[in-house]
Amino acid sequence: MSFNNLDTLYRQVIMDHYKNPRNKGTVDGDALTVDMNNPTCGDRIQLQLQVEDGVVQDAKFNGEGCSISMSSASMMTQAIKGKKLDDALNMSKAFSNMMLGEDVDTEKLDMEEVASLQGVSQFPARIKCATLAWKAMEKGVQE
Amino acid sequence: MDANAIREQFPILNQEVNGHPLVYLDSSATSQKPLPVIDAVDAYYREDNSNVHRGVHTLGTRATEKYEGARETVRRFINAKSTAEVIFTRGTTTSINTVASSFARANLNAGDEIVITPMEHHSNLIPWQQVAKVTGATLKYVPMQQDGTVSLEDMRETVTGKTKIVAITHVSNVLGTINPVKEIAEIAHQNGAVIVVDGAQGAPHMNVDVQDMDCDFYAFSGHKMCGPTGVGVLYGKRKLLEEMEPVEFGGEMIDFVNLYDATWKELPWKFEGGTPIIAGAIGLGAAIDFLNDVGMDNITAHEQKLADYTMEKLRTIDGISIYGPEKRAALVTFNLGDVHPHDAATVLDAEGIAVRAGHHCAQPLMKWLEVSATARASFYLYNTEEDVDRLFDGLLKTKEYFGDVF
Repeated sequence: MSFNNLDTLYRQVIMDHYKNPRNKGTVDGDALTVDMNNPTCGDRIQLQLQVEDGVVQDAKFNGEGCSISMSSASMMTQAIKGKKLDDALNMSKAFSNMMLGEDVDTEKLDMEEVASLQGVSQFPARIKCATLAWKAMEKGVQE
Repeated sequence: MDANAIREQFPILNQEVNGHPLVYLDSSATSQKPLPVIDAVDAYYREDNSNVHRGVHTLGTRATEKYEGARETVRRFINAKSTAEVIFTRGTTTSINTVASSFARANLNAGDEIVITPMEHHSNLIPWQQVAKVTGATLKYVPMQQDGTVSLEDMRETVTGKTKIVAITHVSNVLGTINPVKEIAEIAHQNGAVIVVDGAQGAPHMNVDVQDMDCDFYAFSGHKMCGPTGVGVLYGKRKLLEEMEPVEFGGEMIDFVNLYDATWKELPWKFEGGTPIIAGAIGLGAAIDFLNDVGMDNITAHEQKLADYTMEKLRTIDGISIYGPEKRAALVTFNLGDVHPHDAATVLDAEGIAVRAGHHCAQPLMKWLEVSATARASFYLYNTEEDVDRLFDGLLKTKEYFGDVF
């Protein structure tokens, strides 16, 4: 494998989200809080969701982890803000499918930037890093 | 010792990973297996497979002879007094849990103390947390020095007349610290406590003499010392093992069975309920023969040279943090600037280099080091200075790759 393959994993947009995470911090006021960690590697995330009338008004996260898990959290919070809970769950399902290497219409789902993580599907050991934030979101919505 | 000749015995090392010759630097997680071990397991299944201790037939006798022969091989390897003191288990975790579930729960009461260190692997930590919860005993930590060692002075202050168990790793799987277990055993015994040694990272890499060490229990795994997965050993002093109740009940471990009661077989079989790990034990015996042929002292010296060489080279990398003491076993744990260890391990993997990244089953130790995760390169008899050079180059590439982002 050459560094070109690595580039499919670490695209510029991922690095940008890692270096300048969006929605990092805590939500002002009441919010649903979900803690999740990946016990095999030590990555952890705290996700806060503010939901009104079935719509995600605000989403913020805090956490520690690798570039993949943290950039994924950053992109996820951006993608679900302003979305209905059902749409957010559909996005999560689409993301899981994307990690399985399936083609996903990210444009239709309004999650184009998230598509930059598609390359992770070629690195089986890193898929759990990418899905951590989405799993936390699913858990929060189900609660 | 010729590591290149030894490598010939490990077919798995002769392959390309992601377009590069494999450099395997994760032996502390599990070691690779040499041909004599693969052949011994293969021959057992092809020629001798049968249940042990009960068959009157020829295969049963052969399987029993090989299985018990492996026990004698282990006995000599750790210099136990008798094979009665050598119990085959599933691995270090099961060995330590056997001591915790049987000996500790029967002997500890509220107010008693269990002394451990912050550098313990989860397998030598959580069993004791559970014992403390069930018995009301107190779990006490010996403080650690800045360099990741434990001082005997601190040990003397922490171990008291109330201490019933001192549980400590022989070699830290993260820091590489080699603990002075013989001296610690003396301190434990002066206070009337028993000492349980986690030998998972000790037995594969150095001479172990349980009588000289005077430990009460010594636990280790086969798969970290060229043997198969799924087999390990619990050594225990005969007197203690005799007092202990079995943890698993069923076939193989009984003497007489009535409708409402039963008696146990003698040692070591009373702790080996169910059909034992026959192929695994035979494979472990073959692994010990292999290690003995090379010579444990030669292996220790070879690894020491590699560890020194690695420290010397890695130190020259700007921004690297190396954890653990100067005098260490054959592993080096590090972080490369702000590059997360998973990201570093992924770049190294793209170069064909296998290292471990994460918390290494030692979360309290990560907290002590004030990091969330680290990367670790660990060595064994088949590693060479060339492997270290490849790691060094890989780390420079990692830095270069992430350089523009960090």
